[in-house]
Amino acid sequence: MNDTLLVIVLADAVLYGTPLLFASLGELLAERSGVLNLGVEGMMLFGAVVGFWVTQRVEGASASVLVLAILASGLSGAAMAAIHAFLTITLRANQIVSGLALTIFAGGLGLSAYVGTELGFSPDIPAKQHFGSVDVLGLADLPVLGPIVFDQSALVYASWIAALLVGLYLGRTRFGLNVRAVGEAPASADAMGINVTLYRYVHVLIGGGFAGVAGACYSLSISPGWIAGDTLIGGAGWIAIALVIFAFWRAELCLVGAYLFGALSALPFALQARNVDVAPEFLYALPYVMTIVVLVIVSTGLSKRHLGAPAALGIPYVREER
Amino acid sequence: MVGISKRFPGVVANDDASFEAAEGEVHALLGENGAGKTTLSNILTGLYRQDEGEIELYGEQVRFHSPRDALDAGICMVHQHFRLVEPFSVAENVVLGDHRREGRRLVVHSGAIEKRVGELSSRYGLAVNPRARVWQLSVGEQQRVEILKALYREARILIMDEPTAVLTPQEAKALFETLRAMADEGKTVIFISHKLHEVKAVADRVTVLRAGRTVATVDARSATLSSLAALMVGREIDVARPLEQPRTLSDVLTLEVDGLTVAGDRGNIAVKDVSFALREGEIVGVAGVAGNGQRELAEALSGMRDLRAGSVRVGGKQLRGGDPREAIMAGVAHVPEDRLGTGLAPSLSVTSNVVIKTYRSRSLSRGPLLALRRMRETAVGIIRRYDVKTPGPGTPVRNLSGGNLQKLVLGREFADDPLVLVVAQPTRGLDVGAIETVHSYLREAAANGVAILLMSEDLDEIRALADRILVVYEGEIVGELSAGSTSIEEIGLLMAGGTRG
Repeated sequence: MNDTLLVIVLADAVLYGTPLLFASLGELLAERSGVLNLGVEGMMLFGAVVGFWVTQRVEGASASVLVLAILASGLSGAAMAAIHAFLTITLRANQIVSGLALTIFAGGLGLSAYVGTELGFSPDIPAKQHFGSVDVLGLADLPVLGPIVFDQSALVYASWIAALLVGLYLGRTRFGLNVRAVGEAPASADAMGINVTLYRYVHVLIGGGFAGVAGACYSLSISPGWIAGDTLIGGAGWIAIALVIFAFWRAELCLVGAYLFGALSALPFALQARNVDVAPEFLYALPYVMTIVVLVIVSTGLSKRHLGAPAALGIPYVREER
Repeated sequence: MVGISKRFPGVVANDDASFEAAEGEVHALLGENGAGKTTLSNILTGLYRQDEGEIELYGEQVRFHSPRDALDAGICMVHQHFRLVEPFSVAENVVLGDHRREGRRLVVHSGAIEKRVGELSSRYGLAVNPRARVWQLSVGEQQRVEILKALYREARILIMDEPTAVLTPQEAKALFETLRAMADEGKTVIFISHKLHEVKAVADRVTVLRAGRTVATVDARSATLSSLAALMVGREIDVARPLEQPRTLSDVLTLEVDGLTVAGDRGNIAVKDVSFALREGEIVGVAGVAGNGQRELAEALSGMRDLRAGSVRVGGKQLRGGDPREAIMAGVAHVPEDRLGTGLAPSLSVTSNVVIKTYRSRSLSRGPLLALRRMRETAVGIIRRYDVKTPGPGTPVRNLSGGNLQKLVLGREFADDPLVLVVAQPTRGLDVGAIETVHSYLREAAANGVAILLMSEDLDEIRALADRILVVYEGEIVGELSAGSTSIEEIGLLMAGGTRG
């Protein structure tokens, strides 16, 4: 029963959806504070190469090396985000231009490719460490739910905790209220004694950290190893940005959306394994086609307010404006 | 506050300004627009930092580095443009940024906050539902939320910046009572305004500011309106306006609006089945609280917004609507509320802005080529005729002051002999001298036969200029009054949605 197409696709949807979930939660935090960061793809790739580097160079117990690798990925993602934060928050540069520049700078033909080449990584080098699935509570053999829920890697479980925490943080806590105020009405937040600049910096950096971890999901879990160029994560950063819109800027809907797109990514492999005769190009294109379709649907007919976009998204905040 | 100076690039907003306010006092800061009242209070609330001068609070010298310092010192300000987060509930707005009591907890417990907000609003007569979302509230209610924010934080000093601009006269009266009640409890209320009668009605003492400097502090009871006006403007002016003789108007209908319905920005119905007519040379005032369909009506008449239903006729010719050029050709001139953004192209020169509507005419262009010299001559003509102060016709209009911008827009609109002028908030933000000039241009145009639809939130202005007054409420005309025989209270009641009688 656990090897039916549906169960396999759903289990893989969770696997492929996890980096999307991490990345979209990070983007969600940044956007809720009013900063659009289109550099997700670049931050993910840099996190991926740094995480891989740690697993190759650090000797030690598997678990501790992997934890270290994830931390390093997160920090390197945050470091990339710091560039964007400085440009857009302090220098008030255009957020779209800065984000695109970040993707090009850090991305598959930029910094991360350079670092990977310098370190002599190539697709032939096998990964020394990777996140394997953890059989929680010995329930992996449970029908249907076993492979989908209980036979996943530690990263998947971490992503669920992250989604829960981000949701509670934004919805229920004082700091979350402040973040939302900064994203909706920075002038009002400022007048009420909230440090707009600090809040934006912190959330852009945390968002970058999430993106770095999302990148590590690829290089340490989905396809352990390093491939220079765009093939490793293949546009997942862009899907994550679309996901935030699709999820109406809400953490719980990010979870749903991530697995939907995860399923679309998993489908071609599952179908090919069963020799189903569909053009693979069509299947590979599906997540991207869906991204466009979703964006068109949510952009038409519904106004921004109904969607829940932060009102100050993309707008730099200046206090002494005259 | 002693000897405060604040300079912005190219502007000195405050120059050695000082005032002192006592506990339990309503202290007014009176001055024209641009006199530096708001800048002074922004310094007091920590939003700006002064270049020179000192702030003493209860005898101690203080220095604020951020709004939070000022809030912690017990100073709250209600800005002219509210500082509220629209999608948040009233309770969330009240607790925002607070770091004491409920605000200190990690998890926000809206129940406790709502209860406290409820208590405060009943104690001070500030009726508002703590669970409502701010964007659902009327402007008057939003102002109450701002005052509740200050009360919740137990502010000792409350600054109100031009609080009555958005209120009906009745709401303003209720506000004054609340402010007096707060002062009677020993709080200090700083009341910023440029309206003389308000200042006299609510304040104990008045500090008059002119061009960033303190002119005088006087006792409100012993001051007269004309003595305050003289201090504010720096010269004697006649506050009582001469009563105008009712003018005799022709019977020619220039603008006929019949059953007009217009959609708003959010797809709602902003103007509902409105019918009225303007005669040649008649000035009709449209009174109403902001956001009751005035802007949408003006945009529909000037072709910037589609007509959902009904008809508009200008000089007997029916307009299809939704086409600004059609409206211009039919003789509709429009002076929008946002004169710099909508009325002009800020970074283009005075010349370009003057001909921006008429460059197609034979005299200003030949085929695809513009007659630059003729354009410049036209601009110079308008600059002279309407006394626009500008370094030259090539100056970008964003460098002009508010009064000169408005003179330029009016000059341009009058230049192609319109039949109808739709004008919104023509004197908002202008100083007394410029207001007089703008009013005289409007009267002059009406005398020449232009029918003027005057939308204004300043009831005194409407009463001074208009022959008839239409009162709008929620997109409908709820009353038509003759200007001479109507009291402010009567208009105010209609503006608040009440019926006549």
